Amino acid sequence: MLAMVFSGFVVAALLPWLHRRIGDKASLVAALCPLAATLWLASGFVGVTSGDVITAYLPWMPTLGLDLAFRLDGLSLLFALMISGIGTLVVLYTHGYLHGDPRQHRFVMYTLMFMASMLGVVTADNLILLFIFWELTSFTSFLLIGFNHDEEASRRAALQAMLVTVMGGLFLLAGVLLIGRAVGTFSLSAVVASRDLLVDHPHYPVMLGLVLVGAFTKSAQAPFHFWLPNAMAAPTPASAYLHSSTMVKAGVYLLARLHPALGGTEAWTLTLTGFGALTLLTGAVMAAGQVYLKRLLAYTTVAALGALVMLLGIGTEAAVEAAMVFLMAHACYKAALFLVAGSIDHETGEKNVTKLGGLFRYMPITGATALVAALSMAGVPSAFGFISKELQYAVLFQHGWLPVVAVVSGAFFLLVAVQTGIRPFWARYRETPKHAHEPPWTMTLGPVLLGVITVAGGLFPGWTADALAGAAASATAFAPVDMHLHVWHGFNRELMASLATLALGGIVVLVSPRLAGLGNRMAGLARLGPDRGYDGALRGLLSLAKWQTKALQSGSLRRYLMIILLTVIALFAVSFARSELSLQLRDRTPLTLPMFILCALIVVASIAAAVSASRLGAVAAMGVVGFSIALVFVLFGAPDLAMTQLVIETLSVVLLVSAFYYLPAFTRRSTWRGRARDLLVSIFAGVVMTLLVLLATGVSVGEPISDYFAATSVPLGHGRNIVNVILVDYRALDTLGEITVLAVAGLGALALLKLRTKNGGGES
Amino acid sequence: MTELMLAIAIGVLYASGLYLMMRRSIARFIIGLALLSHGANLLIFTAGGLSGGRAPIIPEGSDAPAGLIADPLPQALILTAIVISFALLAFALVLLLRTHQETETDDMEKLRSTDA
Repeated sequence: MLAMVFSGFVVAALLPWLHRRIGDKASLVAALCPLAATLWLASGFVGVTSGDVITAYLPWMPTLGLDLAFRLDGLSLLFALMISGIGTLVVLYTHGYLHGDPRQHRFVMYTLMFMASMLGVVTADNLILLFIFWELTSFTSFLLIGFNHDEEASRRAALQAMLVTVMGGLFLLAGVLLIGRAVGTFSLSAVVASRDLLVDHPHYPVMLGLVLVGAFTKSAQAPFHFWLPNAMAAPTPASAYLHSSTMVKAGVYLLARLHPALGGTEAWTLTLTGFGALTLLTGAVMAAGQVYLKRLLAYTTVAALGALVMLLGIGTEAAVEAAMVFLMAHACYKAALFLVAGSIDHETGEKNVTKLGGLFRYMPITGATALVAALSMAGVPSAFGFISKELQYAVLFQHGWLPVVAVVSGAFFLLVAVQTGIRPFWARYRETPKHAHEPPWTMTLGPVLLGVITVAGGLFPGWTADALAGAAASATAFAPVDMHLHVWHGFNRELMASLATLALGGIVVLVSPRLAGLGNRMAGLARLGPDRGYDGALRGLLSLAKWQTKALQSGSLRRYLMIILLTVIALFAVSFARSELSLQLRDRTPLTLPMFILCALIVVASIAAAVSASRLGAVAAMGVVGFSIALVFVLFGAPDLAMTQLVIETLSVVLLVSAFYYLPAFTRRSTWRGRARDLLVSIFAGVVMTLLVLLATGVSVGEPISDYFAATSVPLGHGRNIVNVILVDYRALDTLGEITVLAVAGLGALALLKLRTKNGGGES
Repeated sequence: MTELMLAIAIGVLYASGLYLMMRRSIARFIIGLALLSHGANLLIFTAGGLSGGRAPIIPEGSDAPAGLIADPLPQALILTAIVISFALLAFALVLLLRTHQETETDDMEKLRSTDA
């Protein structure tokens, strides 16, 4: 299991080396990796679909509750099979699609990394682990969308997709942390089993909201849908893989997975069905105005994701069943159509459907698979898509106006199916930039296999889909679901709805040439939509960053100092107000007259130094402060300090006086306003320090270590001056550091004085 | 009451030191820095506790200090601090001299970018 998840990363890491050895054939070898994963999953198929669960566990950071815990149940199996199966076909397809491109192995590398991350998302049994893989898919998606990084549009689309999905990911993280705190563990299987704990939790609406933002951004729900059509800037294999069948379904997976834990409430149902239906309609209608193959497909993908979210919102057993069947049907026909779209583009050099036609003669295999996929997408009887449509209608008929939404959007699905799967092959032939012919086998194998599954699912659903979709639905509904799909349900209202959809779709197709103009107008409308909001938000963020950099990183030392002081004062004020410490004003040490005089001297001299207009006066006042402090040291039993202070102070005064000889006299530069402001801040800082001293003298924490020094100074340190023993013995390393600082400062000063620059300085 | 007096003196030292450091003249900045170090040393000294008047020295012929002594640990820390603040002062002074020589200004506001 661990091998299945992580092999993608390993093979991706080896790929550049393999590519140097055997060139483009490396991609074919790399395809063995997803193939092996598929086979492994297939070997567990019977067990898992009959209710077994495969788990794998490796402790990672147990103290944080973060473990490499994986769990494969029906729902995970369904997604994992889609990911690895379509992954195999996509890697093969890439071999043909990027034939001769020197970056082919890099693309395959990203694809495998993505596949591994995605397998991680759907099998992780730890919410944090799931989040990590979730963000990894956003990241690899960025690499794939921006693959043609020399194009402006690709870069923008890549950044947009990443910002939107990663932002959603952060919301998800916040939701996950809340859930983890409420349940007491991040283990997904435990979370799923503790619905009561979550649904009745006072933070339930917040959790739900955060998780939904995460799922909605990833699965391109309106109003976050805009990144998905833009992501079509990616090379087609990536679009087929990430942006139709796997990554965008991660949000759906998350909703399905958390449905037992968070679902079933009114908030869940209303939000999901509302946003789902809105997305379904938006995607379907927006698709009508498109002319480029991939954008047509992208908007219907948005719509399909909306339908899935809507079904999960309804959340009944039948709805969940319908969602799982639709998921399978959609993945098969949409990936096939994307790959076909890529083949058409690759072989003809044309992406605009209005300029394509009559290709069936030149590309019969591709054309036939496109036909099958298109029929499934349109929901024509006997295709897999038809069965899934019937199930959906059966569910929606119990929910007011939702069938209308489904019928309308179904009509647009039919339109897109005709536009992408039928028109390019069967319409009147048109000249294309390249002369069309069948692509190599690597590029036809994928669509053909997906087409075969679509037909098999349509004709014999009992053999293929029952077990898998049933097992997945059981995990979502959190109760055993026994599923029996039928090709034919008899003449009932679902069939009527299907026929109505087909009829309405037929009308839409007939009037579609007139829709082209409408499409252009809608494109203008779309620019006013969320895409524009995204641009605005990005601009706003950048100017905010500029403004705050200017405000905080002004380059002025005085401004920095001011900011630091204000922060310290504010922090102190907050913690002082909160603390239970009281100021100690008890008379601990009686005040003597010499002490009073010294303190007064320090106060007067330091104020004098601060306001002195002459350099010499300031230095003299500073000297007075220093010598007074030396006398304080004398009064309180610190002769060593007093001696050092006297020597150093004398040196400092001499040094300052001689240096000031070379410097200009003090001039008054600041305005009185500026001085008053600085004075105010300084006084506040001074008050903070005074209070701090008074607080500190009142606190005594534990046994002072000095008693140990005093007791062992002679026996261990062989010295009678305890301060000296501390410096050279107990804290010898500290003293070594001090000497080093002195030496470095000396060397630095010397280097500065010797430094010769263009102004001819040095050796003054 | 000595603690209160010293606390006020420390506050004034910090206030005047910081006020000087916010002036535009670098020379004033350096004097401010010196006052700030004085304040910090005095702060450690006072916070360590003022006790008795006896220096932490063990008399000849005895293994332990006789009676109550001043706490030696803050003294050791301050000793290090005094020396290091002197090194800082000296280095800052040389830097100021050279800056003035190179840029012909001692105005902080004119020294905001790395380009001459």
